[in-house]
Amino acid sequence: MYLNNDPLEADFQAKIDKGQNIEAKDWMPEKYRKTHIRQISQHAHSEIVGMLPEGNWITRAPSLRRKVALLAKVQDEAGHGLYLYSAAETLGITRDELYDQLHSGKAKYSSIFNYPAVTWADMGAVGWLVDGAAIMNQVMLTRTSYGPYARAMVRICKEESFHQRQGYEIMLTLCNGTEVQKRMAQDALNRWWWPSLMMFGPRDAESPHTEQALKWKIKLKTNDELRQQFVDQTVSQAEILGITIPDPKLKWNEARGHYDFGDIDWEEFTQVVAGNGPCNRERLEARKSAWEKGAWVRDAALAYAEKQEQRSLKVAV
Amino acid sequence: MKKEWPVWEVFIRSKSGLDHRHVGSIHATDAKMAIENARDVYTRRQEGVSIWVVPSKEITASNPEENGELFEPAADKIYRHPTFYILPDELTHM
Repeated sequence: MYLNNDPLEADFQAKIDKGQNIEAKDWMPEKYRKTHIRQISQHAHSEIVGMLPEGNWITRAPSLRRKVALLAKVQDEAGHGLYLYSAAETLGITRDELYDQLHSGKAKYSSIFNYPAVTWADMGAVGWLVDGAAIMNQVMLTRTSYGPYARAMVRICKEESFHQRQGYEIMLTLCNGTEVQKRMAQDALNRWWWPSLMMFGPRDAESPHTEQALKWKIKLKTNDELRQQFVDQTVSQAEILGITIPDPKLKWNEARGHYDFGDIDWEEFTQVVAGNGPCNRERLEARKSAWEKGAWVRDAALAYAEKQEQRSLKVAV
Repeated sequence: MKKEWPVWEVFIRSKSGLDHRHVGSIHATDAKMAIENARDVYTRRQEGVSIWVVPSKEITASNPEENGELFEPAADKIYRHPTFYILPDELTHM
């Protein structure tokens, strides 16, 4: 049992223990607020940066069917970013501050988007694995303690399932295609498998915030639990495709009731998070350029609205 | 960059016969743009047949710290509920 001398904080914890949500205007510990701003904005930034590797393939989609699906998926990601930014803003941070944190490198986004999408099969692998991993995390977050975040997650989860299914369908089509197409699918799995496992974050033993995050129901499962769940559900999906997960140590463990899997290259993870992944610079440059080049549009729209308002005031006089 | 676009709260009626329900917020320079942005962000899958947008700064919210004064008085007035009244079992349709 957790002991707390501060009556406000004890009240707060009691509410969470009872499974009640915390809403924007409720009292909350400063650290809860800050942790949520960090986590929700990181999540929002990931949706926004996540559009970049896929946007790259819209013009080169192999059919109209694939193109409309990819367009809709990328548009959803913009929407998800916006739901999340608006949830973060309920905690008293402005949209401009959030963007500043992304552009200055102060805020992080998911390390997975710093890998390049080099073939069409990557659109399949990203939908299947990256969205699959994200869904696992997001389904858990629909029950997170902060109301606006949980509600954004419910909406996002409803929409994500199409993302994963369209990705898997791309993989399936390639795997049922020519030898070259099947090799392309295998190659994409080889490159995306380990980075997808890294998406769940550091091992529990190296994740100092886990205990507090569980206590406040910011997360309901640990990184390792979610990672295991992902591996367990993905193995049979790869079998249906007839391609091989690039891990010689992957093996069903009857005693544990789970798959054992090999060691993750944590040095690579650390490097990518630190900004040294294959595409970190390119992604951030693309974001900054879009923001800076759009400044005149934002200013002009605001000036127009102000002018219209002035005019309507004059008419009223 | 001059300043941020104002924030609007978005309410959607999912089908006629139901109330508008708060779904989130949006940034826009004026009401027309707020409706258009809300359409793109919150109704990509036919989630709505009508949209309301309200400038966030125009909303007055009750203070959670006053929840006691505001809402507790209703708690001990169970006689406002039909089940408070003890009636015979053979009585039907009431």
